Amino acid sequence: MSVISRGSEWDFDLIQRYERAIAETAAEFKLDTYPNQIEIISSEQMLDAYASSGLPIGYPHWSFGKAFIRNERAYRKGHQGLAYEIVINSSPCIAYLMEENTMMMQALVIAHASYGHNSFFKGNYLFRQFTQADAILDYLIFARNYVMECEERHGVAEVEEILDSCHALMNYGVDRFKRPQALSAKRREARKTERENYEQRLYNDLWRTLPQKGKDASVRQRGRFPDEPEENLLYFVEKHAPQLEPWQRELVRISRKLAQYFYPQIHTKVMNEGWATFWHYTIIQRMYDKGLIDDAFMFEFLHNHTNVITQREFDQPGYHGINPYALGFAMMRDLRRICETPTDEDKVWFPEIAGSDWLKTMDFAMRNFKDESFIAQYLSPHLIRELRLFTIADQTGESHYTVDSIHDEHGYRRVRTMLSSQYRRENMQPSIQVVRYERLGDRSLTLRHDFYRGRPLHEKETDEVLRHLGRLWGFSIHLESVHADGRLESFKEWRR
Amino acid sequence: MLHVIDRRLNGRNKSAVNRERFVRRYKDHIKGAVKDMVAERNIKDMIQGGEVKVPAKDITEPEFRYGKGGDWEAVHPGNKEFVTGDRIARPSSGSGGGGGAGEPGSGEGVDDFVFTLSREEFLNIFFEDLELPNLMRTTFAESHAKKLVRAGYVKEGTPSNMSVPRTMKTAFARRIALRGPLAEELERAQAALALALEDRRSHDVINGLNLEITEIERRLRIVPFLDDVDLRYRHRVPQPAPVARAVMFCLMDVSASMDEQKKDLAKRFFTLLYLFLTRKYEHVELVFIRHTDEAEEVDENTFFHDRRSGGTVVLSALELMKVICAMRYPRTEWNIYGAQASDGDAFGADAGKSARFLRTELLPLARYFAYIEVPDDIMRRSPLWAEYEEIGQGEENFAMTRVTRANEIYPVFRELFKKEVSR
Repeated sequence: MSVISRGSEWDFDLIQRYERAIAETAAEFKLDTYPNQIEIISSEQMLDAYASSGLPIGYPHWSFGKAFIRNERAYRKGHQGLAYEIVINSSPCIAYLMEENTMMMQALVIAHASYGHNSFFKGNYLFRQFTQADAILDYLIFARNYVMECEERHGVAEVEEILDSCHALMNYGVDRFKRPQALSAKRREARKTERENYEQRLYNDLWRTLPQKGKDASVRQRGRFPDEPEENLLYFVEKHAPQLEPWQRELVRISRKLAQYFYPQIHTKVMNEGWATFWHYTIIQRMYDKGLIDDAFMFEFLHNHTNVITQREFDQPGYHGINPYALGFAMMRDLRRICETPTDEDKVWFPEIAGSDWLKTMDFAMRNFKDESFIAQYLSPHLIRELRLFTIADQTGESHYTVDSIHDEHGYRRVRTMLSSQYRRENMQPSIQVVRYERLGDRSLTLRHDFYRGRPLHEKETDEVLRHLGRLWGFSIHLESVHADGRLESFKEWRR
Repeated sequence: MLHVIDRRLNGRNKSAVNRERFVRRYKDHIKGAVKDMVAERNIKDMIQGGEVKVPAKDITEPEFRYGKGGDWEAVHPGNKEFVTGDRIARPSSGSGGGGGAGEPGSGEGVDDFVFTLSREEFLNIFFEDLELPNLMRTTFAESHAKKLVRAGYVKEGTPSNMSVPRTMKTAFARRIALRGPLAEELERAQAALALALEDRRSHDVINGLNLEITEIERRLRIVPFLDDVDLRYRHRVPQPAPVARAVMFCLMDVSASMDEQKKDLAKRFFTLLYLFLTRKYEHVELVFIRHTDEAEEVDENTFFHDRRSGGTVVLSALELMKVICAMRYPRTEWNIYGAQASDGDAFGADAGKSARFLRTELLPLARYFAYIEVPDDIMRRSPLWAEYEEIGQGEENFAMTRVTRANEIYPVFRELFKKEVSR
């Protein structure tokens, strides 16, 4: 086959031709994607998109202005480059390409976003479960119009207050599990009869003679609301806040929905980027093998690709922790290696996948994991050695940091567990739940913070957030910090 | 099939509204910064935009997060010499050591938030809440400004003013009115014809009826779709619009005793005034008068940039102002304002005469007169200050103030031109 183009100039026709070639190559690897849509934007528009967390449509809010000013300044001063692309988890999957990119970059981005990310969006269980790709753009438009309408009707300041408070709680506006569908009245009735019948059948007068235990407790339990602790604070506010106006409830709902939209992205960062990077690498490599692209293209490609997956070591300047692109890409490549050329070690560690069909195995991995579980499942000793990973522990009461584990026989599992738990939700944000709403009393709301590894809350910011929650709730807020053994550590209060 | 869409021509400034929200939210900080900027800058750069700092702590968005303490582990790449069980000293606080192992929030940016105000934003904040005092908007019977306002519809007018809906409505009504009776006649004739045909009447009768029908149909056809009488035009009548016309006299002493530093202060003041007026009012004229021992009217460039010096006769400038008023700005048509800057030096009777002249001749003319003194020594009462202070008593439209340092200019300026409400 002949080379598609030479040189760095691109035009719309060339983009179409590259896209077709990439689509054909992707089909060889059986990538399943949403339909694609590619949009060309300028760098200013990229800055705009940055400010609204990559969403093409956002409602007006000062915090986006702040993000915009910060990015713009960093960009103008040359501290920060712009992403080559932004991709929206929607159907059709929209990828934004910058006009400043070379032809090579456009092709790379198409392979990366329109086939890599796109197939991940379509396949991964978190995205399937929590986002509706075909509805998100419409919802964004609705959200913006609704917010702007509220501003017109109730005043910019009023709306801003509510949104500020919602933003402060946005991380706690997420459902991690599907809520059970509410039962219909008929179904509930049927269940009740079924239970009564069951009790009738098992009736034994002997039970009556047993001493009753815990009766007091049940009396105390009555009137306790909610029955189960609720971790989605914004959901609870939306449904139960005593004094919110309907439009304020809707604003809470909007920010909750947006938080939910971002939730899968936060928890699949390593996988998602690793998957997309792996595929742009594999697809472009394959196109090179087929003779569709020339050496110059390939050199430029490798240069950029290498930049993306650079992982600095902990003692090198510019080290900012683990680069999700680098880790994800390395793990994906390692997965393929384990399937294709397993070593004896791999056969011991991954008996079920060593030597299997790599496409199927990787597809399975992409579909069924998030960062935490993916690392716990697939980080191999080989990769731990290659990256020379080690764990440093900082324990309360210790005057020194301790090297907890390194890349040796004893350390592999430990390093893997530690790295995996780094991507756990509890590690990123404290666990806080609604435990009590005094519906019949002073209408105060009680939150419980469950200690995770003895880590306290950030004093000042917690007060701030409680103030925001109080604004939405309208009555007093209590926050109890509780140790795993049930010991109450501290108690905070925000009073109306 | 792939869609490639060119969005480059779509709006670029999507974030403008968010940026503006941000600026509004942190206005107080920004105002403070603007004040400092004015003091630091030289006159030419005074109106450029500039960098504004907002302390990082004021703009953080709070969330529930971990504070210091508890057990932490962190996995890092690139181990070289560590083995399990090694102990590493904690980096001393603040150094931010090797990757901040396990330190929660070590990446927290504590730098001040810096951003650049555009010239437009800068000026907006700069002159916010300032207004010319005592400005009367409606006193101008003679103002020539006219505004066209809509006043119903007329039958004559220019084609560009034609109202199509109105015209079509009248045409429609006329067509119904003219065609209605004809249509009835036609129906009747057709019925008669049908009857005649049925009764096998004579050829003549049927012919006659046929002719009648043709005639009616012809008359129906010639009812025009649009007639001259249908045309309607939007009517506009001129209405005198009240325009507040104002003239500001800028009087500056450029005598030898005004050294460069004082002139600089005075010019800063007038620069602010100039910007404020040209930006805020379309109908404000500016007259620049500088004086040594004699006064002359100059253009703004000369006023701000020319260096000339000589003796001092304050009265000359005041007299010139009066002459110009009488010639070009009659009191009945113009709001007259004056601002005078001087170091307060006046010789002999000049100070007293000037003060009297001001009180008897100028203050009755003027809506507001401000005197800014840039003295050598803040403690010393200059001759002019002493005299002015006397006449200032009880005069509503006279204000005087002293400025010794550049950073006082802006507050003083704001003080003099605060919005009426807050006075």
